[in-house]
Amino acid sequence: MTTLMQEMNERAHKAGVPLSVQFDVTYRCNERCIHCYLDHVDHGEMTTAEVMDVLDQLAEAGVFFLCFSGGEVFMRMDFFRILEYARSLLFCIKVKTDAFMIREKEADRLGALGLQSVQVSLYSHRPEVHDAITKLPGSLKRSLAGIRLLRERGMPVTIANVLMRQNLQDYPGVVALAKELGAVYTLDPTVTPMMDGDRSILTLGISEMDLRQVFRTPELIGDVDEFCAPPPAVDDDARNGLPCSASHTFCYISPYGDVYPCVQFPLPTGNVRQQKFLEIWKHSPQMNEVRSIHGRDLPTCSTCSHLGTCTRCPGLAYLEGNMHGPSTQDCEKSLARTGIPSANMLAKAAAAQSFSGGLHLVQITGLQQPAAPALMSVK
Amino acid sequence: MSPLYIARSREIAARELDGEMMIMSARDSTLFNLNELGTIIWQAADGATSLEEIVAQKICPEYEVAPGQALQDAEAYVRELAEHGILRLSDQPIATPAAPKERA
Repeated sequence: MTTLMQEMNERAHKAGVPLSVQFDVTYRCNERCIHCYLDHVDHGEMTTAEVMDVLDQLAEAGVFFLCFSGGEVFMRMDFFRILEYARSLLFCIKVKTDAFMIREKEADRLGALGLQSVQVSLYSHRPEVHDAITKLPGSLKRSLAGIRLLRERGMPVTIANVLMRQNLQDYPGVVALAKELGAVYTLDPTVTPMMDGDRSILTLGISEMDLRQVFRTPELIGDVDEFCAPPPAVDDDARNGLPCSASHTFCYISPYGDVYPCVQFPLPTGNVRQQKFLEIWKHSPQMNEVRSIHGRDLPTCSTCSHLGTCTRCPGLAYLEGNMHGPSTQDCEKSLARTGIPSANMLAKAAAAQSFSGGLHLVQITGLQQPAAPALMSVK
Repeated sequence: MSPLYIARSREIAARELDGEMMIMSARDSTLFNLNELGTIIWQAADGATSLEEIVAQKICPEYEVAPGQALQDAEAYVRELAEHGILRLSDQPIATPAAPKERA
């Protein structure tokens, strides 16, 4: 059954409307998370007036879903002015924050704004683990206090739990916290490279064995048999499918006005300080190049049995060096889910074998229909 | 019958997509899609113009429909939207904030 949301996305896609935008208003942050992909030095953020002008342009372009993120959004002294102005333009707004700076007064103002939701990252229920990741003493206590104030005002809160080697064992505690707080829990087992391409932080990510275990935990992913089922035979829908919404109905704007297809896809397409947003959205050669890519156009992935069900992120592929190439982290997820190596992994193994005579890897496919693997959440 | 005034709720998000309004209620995160007629009523819901005037000025000239029937249908429609928290109704004009909010 097609939901109204799917129908809306399809209509926006056909009409070329950027339905959703993530707008990072600052990269400055009060926390220094060990896995963060950002440079927190302010290299010239947009002023309040510039941000408001961009918001006018986004409303005119048809943007409906607007996510404000950072950095930490409340590092900007003008964030409430920005937020209130955005609400006056009737955006459906989600705010990502660490909630550290949310006290009674801030919670009251946020509660009065009719936001869709507030998302807060929690890494553990134990202060010694959470605070070691954020490198901010007292951060778990303050984040929890902020969440409680928001929940007391009836605000929908999502708790995002990035899994790393440092906090792998603690997700049951975070799930329990989310339940206690009446928040939605979402799990993210992916650590992404720095926006400048530095991949050193990827070593923080959990091992394939641990990922297999996570993907076989009903509390986190629901129906394990469905989620971990082998992919069905690749069909025309998969071959003609689009990788994701980046550049189709979604894009990202940095605090400096740079427009990218996605927050994880730092391909420069234009800057709103030099051009109108719609001009970039409609006419940027880079946006249009991303838009032109279908499953069939991916040299390696089009030959892969996971093509129709893979969570392949074109941004992570771009950060690996080729937006048409595989995203190794997603290959690893497909393998952890199904036990079936991707075409990319097979090619790499074959190349390695030619040097060392290594193990033979074989794809076994088409046994049953898997679930869409992109979304993992429990309420 | 006293006039009915309608104003958009402050607790919603809204955007026009392809000629129709998408509306998200902040109260329960329900998403609505207004058809062409609903969109006309929504856009005219300024709190100062009565529903009768909206129907007479915006709907009857565009659609071949009897004013009495159109008003009756429109009233049922706006009451349904009000139940979902999308519109506010009153028998008096409704004060609404200037939109968009002052940028200065």
